[in-house]
Amino acid sequence: MTEHAHQHGEKAHVVGYGQYILIWAGLMGLTGTTVALAGIELGRWVIITALTIASVKGFLVLNIFMHLRSEDRTFRLFVLVAGVVLLIFICLTFFDYAFR
Amino acid sequence: MTTAAIPAHHEGHVHRDDEGSRMGMWLFLFTELILFGGMFVIYAVYRFSHPAEFELGSKELDTLVGTVNTMVLLTSSLTVAMSITAIQRGNKKFSLLLVGITIALALVFLVNKYFEWSHKFSVGLYPQSPELLSRPQGEILYFGLYFVMTGLHALHVIIGAVVLAVIMRFISRDIITKDSFVKLEAGALYWHLVDIIWIFLFPLFYLVH
Repeated sequence: MTEHAHQHGEKAHVVGYGQYILIWAGLMGLTGTTVALAGIELGRWVIITALTIASVKGFLVLNIFMHLRSEDRTFRLFVLVAGVVLLIFICLTFFDYAFR
Repeated sequence: MTTAAIPAHHEGHVHRDDEGSRMGMWLFLFTELILFGGMFVIYAVYRFSHPAEFELGSKELDTLVGTVNTMVLLTSSLTVAMSITAIQRGNKKFSLLLVGITIALALVFLVNKYFEWSHKFSVGLYPQSPELLSRPQGEILYFGLYFVMTGLHALHVIIGAVVLAVIMRFISRDIITKDSFVKLEAGALYWHLVDIIWIFLFPLFYLVH
């Protein structure tokens, strides 16, 4: 973050249309995969595979569509902290709930 | 980060801090994350305590409608992301078209949601309905969470579409331009968040059976 960047406002990181379309195709593919897997009896693995695929999709949207990849490191750290806080919420809830 | 005073005007540029604006938007998105995060925690706990009933409930949802809506939202995320590239390249008309397509896709999502909910209502499934209350506790919880979480998400889709409509007006009036497009970026960030929330809602409600 230099003075230069402040004064000129936008520091253009232009992402080409092609790369967005590629990521979109990947997201569509992952959606097809997760729907196809839901038709198979995976037992307890169902929720794990579904959430893993959803996380990969979320990661792609955050990194490419939401430009986190080209943002300042501070942004990525913020998002990481927010995600970890949510994870702590979920874990602590289960520590409470599972041992009642 | 420098603490040195930055002149308000420099070579005719009005001082802006676009990075700060984007950070403000991200901070707002974190509050959204906590809003939905709380609901995901409730979902996780009730699913843990009523696994069989949650499976039965999810079998009653139409996977096809859910899949189509997922693809609609992913595509709308693509078009809004591309609209930033278009404005960066000075292609105002194409940018307007792409944001317009995004809003159209938001409406497609809502129409699908309308038919989906109408069908649920017609078979007597809505909060506090006699049909639902006659079912086991776990299914009441499942459908309660289904209506609240997808309903709150749909509300976000409506708000996002309104925000994007305002942004279209900004683009057409040259308030958002090749050199100043942080408002479009903020609107797009909101729209992508709505997409990410659906990316998690979709498998949790439609697929895990």
